[in-house]
Amino acid sequence: MRSKGGNPARTAWLIAGGLLAAMLLFAGCGSSSSNSGEELQKVGKGEGSLNLISWAGYVEPAWSKPFEQKTGCKVSDKEAGTSDEMVELMKTGQYDGVSASGNATARLVAANLVDPVNVSLVPNYKTVFSDLKNQPYNTFEGVHYGIPHGRGANLLMWNGNDVKPAPDSWDIMFDPKIAAKYKGKISVYDESSYIADAALYLKVHKPELGIENPYELNEEQFNAAIELLKEQRKNVGEYWSEAAKQISAFAGGDVTVGTTWQYQYFALKEEGVPVKASPASQGFLPKEGATGWSDTWMISSEAKHPNCMYEWMNWIIEPKVNAEVAEFFGEAPAQEKACEHTANPNFCSEYHAEEPAFWKRVYYWETPLADCGNGEEDCKDYNDWVKAWTSIKG
Amino acid sequence: MRLSKRSRILLRLAVWAGLAFIYIPLIVIVLYAFNSSKILAWPPPGWTTHWFSQAFKNEAAREAFLTSIKAGVAATAIALTLGTLASLAVARHRFFGRETISFLVILPIALPGIITGVAISNTFTQVLNVPLSLFTVIVGHATFCIVVVYNNSVARLRRLSGSLEEASADLGANTWQTFRFVTFPGMKSALIAGGLLAFALSFDEIIVTNFTIGAGEQTLPIWIYSNLFRPHELPIVNAVAVLVILISIIPVYLAHRLTGDEGATPGRGGRGKFEGGGVETEAVAAP
Amino acid sequence: MATEAVIERRSTGHRLAGLLHGRPRLQVGALLAGPVGWLVIGYLGSLALLLVAAFWSVDPLSGATIKKFTLENFESLVNEPVYRTIVWRTIRTALLVTLTDAIIAFPIAFYMAKLASRRGKALLVVGILLPLWSSYLVKVYAWRTLLSTDGAIHWALSPIGLDTPGYGTTAVWLVFSYLWLPYMILPIYAGLERIPNSLISASEDLGASPFTTFRRVILPLSFPAVVAGSIFTFSLTLGDYITPRLVSNDQFIGNVIFNNIANNQPFAAALALVPIVVMIAYLLVARKLGAFEHV
Repeated sequence: MRSKGGNPARTAWLIAGGLLAAMLLFAGCGSSSSNSGEELQKVGKGEGSLNLISWAGYVEPAWSKPFEQKTGCKVSDKEAGTSDEMVELMKTGQYDGVSASGNATARLVAANLVDPVNVSLVPNYKTVFSDLKNQPYNTFEGVHYGIPHGRGANLLMWNGNDVKPAPDSWDIMFDPKIAAKYKGKISVYDESSYIADAALYLKVHKPELGIENPYELNEEQFNAAIELLKEQRKNVGEYWSEAAKQISAFAGGDVTVGTTWQYQYFALKEEGVPVKASPASQGFLPKEGATGWSDTWMISSEAKHPNCMYEWMNWIIEPKVNAEVAEFFGEAPAQEKACEHTANPNFCSEYHAEEPAFWKRVYYWETPLADCGNGEEDCKDYNDWVKAWTSIKG
Repeated sequence: MRLSKRSRILLRLAVWAGLAFIYIPLIVIVLYAFNSSKILAWPPPGWTTHWFSQAFKNEAAREAFLTSIKAGVAATAIALTLGTLASLAVARHRFFGRETISFLVILPIALPGIITGVAISNTFTQVLNVPLSLFTVIVGHATFCIVVVYNNSVARLRRLSGSLEEASADLGANTWQTFRFVTFPGMKSALIAGGLLAFALSFDEIIVTNFTIGAGEQTLPIWIYSNLFRPHELPIVNAVAVLVILISIIPVYLAHRLTGDEGATPGRGGRGKFEGGGVETEAVAAP
Repeated sequence: MATEAVIERRSTGHRLAGLLHGRPRLQVGALLAGPVGWLVIGYLGSLALLLVAAFWSVDPLSGATIKKFTLENFESLVNEPVYRTIVWRTIRTALLVTLTDAIIAFPIAFYMAKLASRRGKALLVVGILLPLWSSYLVKVYAWRTLLSTDGAIHWALSPIGLDTPGYGTTAVWLVFSYLWLPYMILPIYAGLERIPNSLISASEDLGASPFTTFRRVILPLSFPAVVAGSIFTFSLTLGDYITPRLVSNDQFIGNVIFNNIANNQPFAAALALVPIVVMIAYLLVARKLGAFEHV
């Protein structure tokens, strides 16, 4: 039963090798994904299911179950921790929609991963706050690409027992002397967008750098921000991208101060952990202001359930629903009429939902581009930010 | 083997220490499954069996569990087929490139899972235009499970003398009959061991699965991962994990019983000593 | 009459078997068609398609691949010192984990193979296999709670003046060593089982102390099995990104690949070549050391 190096075997290897080579040759000609690039003209009958990508706390049974009952669209939600993850998931073409922040929207549009939204098919859009409409992060070349979900600022949160006095500035995280007091106990968001937080800090504390928009940084400003973050690295206890990770870190006493979202803040309070954040009287913001987000529901260009997606987009800004959504997460609603439906009658004023001036101090997440609109093209672009973030973390 | 009393004691200590290392975190998991608080703080403030009833009621968890079983069974079946075929070729024949097969088979598991996952996902979605689904997950799992079956199988085939098969052929059995009546029975326990490990690998796999699964579906690890994002339900995850461990005692024990009667077969000469008794885990048997 | 029956019942299966009989090359071809096709065309082909992107670049806004040959990804890898740090950190941890696991696994495997009673052996084998069935993620999270500042390790060690190492590189090492331990125990156990007790007895009869027997008989004979186990502990550590993310701030190769796979796949592919090359080298060495064979 023994055979010498059989010819059939050798031929088989050669064929296999040849196929491999052929594949490499053909790699050059990939099939481009087809995308319609057109908006829906009419919302038809629901397709029976809906696949969403969202931030933690955006798609909760409290409002997704009634939606399912009303439209018959069964909701399946994938929670992502960063905008990068969201873009990556959208690239698979498996999802119908995404709650994208400003540092994802431009990329999704440029990559043709999302279709324009026909806002005439979304009746509740009419009563969305006007300062959320036609914004650079949801409207591109005059075309609407999404429906606003809500907005908020990133919070400075600290453990009331361990951090005294109550900080009112980001210097507790950035000033080397102050931050050193909490060495190893600082919690920082793990995405390149955090570079903007450093830039924001420098805008106020080093005005000579001339930073105006923390997402539009030239070489000098960018390097200053990176230096600041490398200094901060020495004091950081944890970089987080999953809400649960940060929650358990605060609860376990591993970190005592950090940047967070309202979702974690309320979850920790519910568990009796003595966390505090900048109070409503300060607008929930430290004195420098903060980065934040204004999220937009976008529809995938490869959505298999577009009708359900349009139903969802209308549902999420339904006044009662948007009120629930906003109060659950702790963010300002997108829907004007939601303010009449919040459980806490002062919710909208506490969260500055109706004050455009307030939001000037919140710098929504944005995609950094080389072309920063000042005529020059020397700003750092997204790839630079990602590479820098890797080298900051080391 | 003669060991001094001291060596024996030290060895026992080392074994106990090792076992403690293995089981203490598992005990923590069990403790947290009964934790009355939603957050994983230590020590747990109180006890409840609430999470177990929640785990049973949780539809998503049940579906994810079934999906994982389906994927595992299918991937194991494919891995058993391909692994056995390859091992028969390698152990019973000589041909150009024979040494490379072992190398080839181990690559999917030796290379980082993220690379395997993205490569397979890209090929399906961009080159073949096949949407991601349970099918693509199974393909991914089967690919790295082949090695487990293959290794067990080759090791066993090497120990089984080929002379039995030759005798069978001499007596007039054709290739298929020889395989069915002579080779296969000898390989059976190795295949069971390999299949069991392959299933375990597939059942718990997250990285490749993450990249190859379709939007609406979840395997159990994916469900667990998504619930790590939902701090309100973290202890359910622990409860589910405990349940899975308990359920898995059955197949592990069964496999042990099925392979426990493996004895010495003729043709192994020079060994003499009976070495049955455990799940046969041979060669590079581990995943 | 028996022969007639056989001739009548020539099914396709029999015909096929007859065709294969005495034609070893055809047998090999038939056996290998499936596995080789799957692995070479399916798997290696997919890999090749991914890795060829290492020589391309990407548009920073849309993430679209620009399919023009360029070496800029490799230039970045070489010029930026952080990538060297990350690669070295990953390899170093993988080696450390392998060593740790070998040290912890050996006594257990030895006991199982040579000293345990039949029932003890069975119990131990089942006991080692059982943790494989608990979820990877749950195990890592359990370690997270163990290691946390107010966690169980702190609670247990503070009475004697020590403390938890907390999160960080030490935590990653501990957790990886924990996760892959069964994958090291099993091959070593199998390898030790294969050492005939007669050899050990012979060594003792010739006057060697247990230590010498261990050093000069057992260790060399079981070494290939250790190397075989090390393939898994090393490779699984080399590519993992979930554990470093959950118990430390460290970036491992897998983390950087993961962060870049979305918007800069060419760069991720270039970085991916590093662990691939390392693993192939490791496998070649392991093969030389007999890990693949197992006499």
